[in-house]
Amino acid sequence: MARIVGGVSTSHVPAIGAAIDRARTEDPYWKPLFKGYERSKEWLKATKPDVILLVYNDHASAFSLEVIPTFALGCAEEFPIADEGWGPRPVPVVKGHPDLAWHIAQSVILDEFDLTIVNKMEVDHGLTVPLSLLCGQPKEWPCPVIPLCVNVIQYPPPTGHRCYMLGKAIGRAIKSFEQDLRVVVFGTGGMSHQLQGPRAGLINKEFDANFLDKLARDPEQLTRITHVDYLREAGSEGIELVMWLIMRGALDADATEIYRFYHVPASNTAVGHMILENR
Amino acid sequence: MAANEPDYEDIPGTTVFDAKRSRQGYHLNMFCMSLMKAENREAFKRDEKAYLAHWPMTEEQKKAVLERDWNGMLRLGGNIYYTSKLAATDGLTFQNIAAIMTGSTQEQYAKMMLEGGRSPIGNRSKKEAKRG
Repeated sequence: MARIVGGVSTSHVPAIGAAIDRARTEDPYWKPLFKGYERSKEWLKATKPDVILLVYNDHASAFSLEVIPTFALGCAEEFPIADEGWGPRPVPVVKGHPDLAWHIAQSVILDEFDLTIVNKMEVDHGLTVPLSLLCGQPKEWPCPVIPLCVNVIQYPPPTGHRCYMLGKAIGRAIKSFEQDLRVVVFGTGGMSHQLQGPRAGLINKEFDANFLDKLARDPEQLTRITHVDYLREAGSEGIELVMWLIMRGALDADATEIYRFYHVPASNTAVGHMILENR
Repeated sequence: MAANEPDYEDIPGTTVFDAKRSRQGYHLNMFCMSLMKAENREAFKRDEKAYLAHWPMTEEQKKAVLERDWNGMLRLGGNIYYTSKLAATDGLTFQNIAAIMTGSTQEQYAKMMLEGGRSPIGNRSKKEAKRG
């Protein structure tokens, strides 16, 4: 049977992608950030996942205001890289895993989580930056990736509690898949940041530190953070952190924190990162 | 704050992209979305007014676009992930327009971020700020 071996949370700041693509990772501004992911790359290499399920949000690339799915699961064979206005990032096409993706879709829908099934979707920096941070610049990504795209742009995004419960349903779905697959779940976005208006640049280190502490040991407490608290404390775009709770819900309650990294700033954002392993 | 206003309206310097703003800003945002295509960016740059004439936006919204009034666009229903596409057409990054929206120079804003960003202290609540 398939099993979830680990979980990764990480920010997905577009400027990080640009720094990688333009060979700026050794610049004094970026070096400390990339150093913080060196151990993570080793971890992913050693963990050798067969599939990555990656929770992220689209930034008006694949979806516009015409269609706004709250949870959209990518079930396609592959996902092209979106042109976000500067040409597509020079990274490999993302290969999907339709067998497992369709199994998850069927399983969680019957488990009362009404996902949108997507057979054609371009993926933007929300998905590719986390892959670049953990995999570097390979010719092919190390394994197939199942994208789970969450609306966090149109208010209201799903609640943290709903995300956590969906994560649990995804966990049950993966465990009931008959092939022996090692799965790693990524939850991306955050941490505190605000990109808009006169309050842009907000960073809340205390909020972020508490979120990281609780993510490992007491995630249920995080599920009680209200939307207005995210907006107020973590900034208007910090609400992306609800996506981390899908990852955390998919992992076992007693999963162990094995690595943590926090860095301010990457452009406008506090970068947070954690690796958890199921026992 | 009016009695029936959502609680997030109390957060200073922040425009939450809710149902009301999404409906108000639909065409403004979809105009920005059109700038994802290179040929549209060129057409817009060639004659901004003529390009905007194709979009059923209000005159106020068009004016905010032409004047690159980034906070004004948010007030009129723009969403930052859409207006950032207009910024990209101008060769501006998220950090560039963030600096403009906060009324800082690029240097001041970059320095603030390097020093740990804007503190939440004093920036959480309009009501709190009024009480002092």
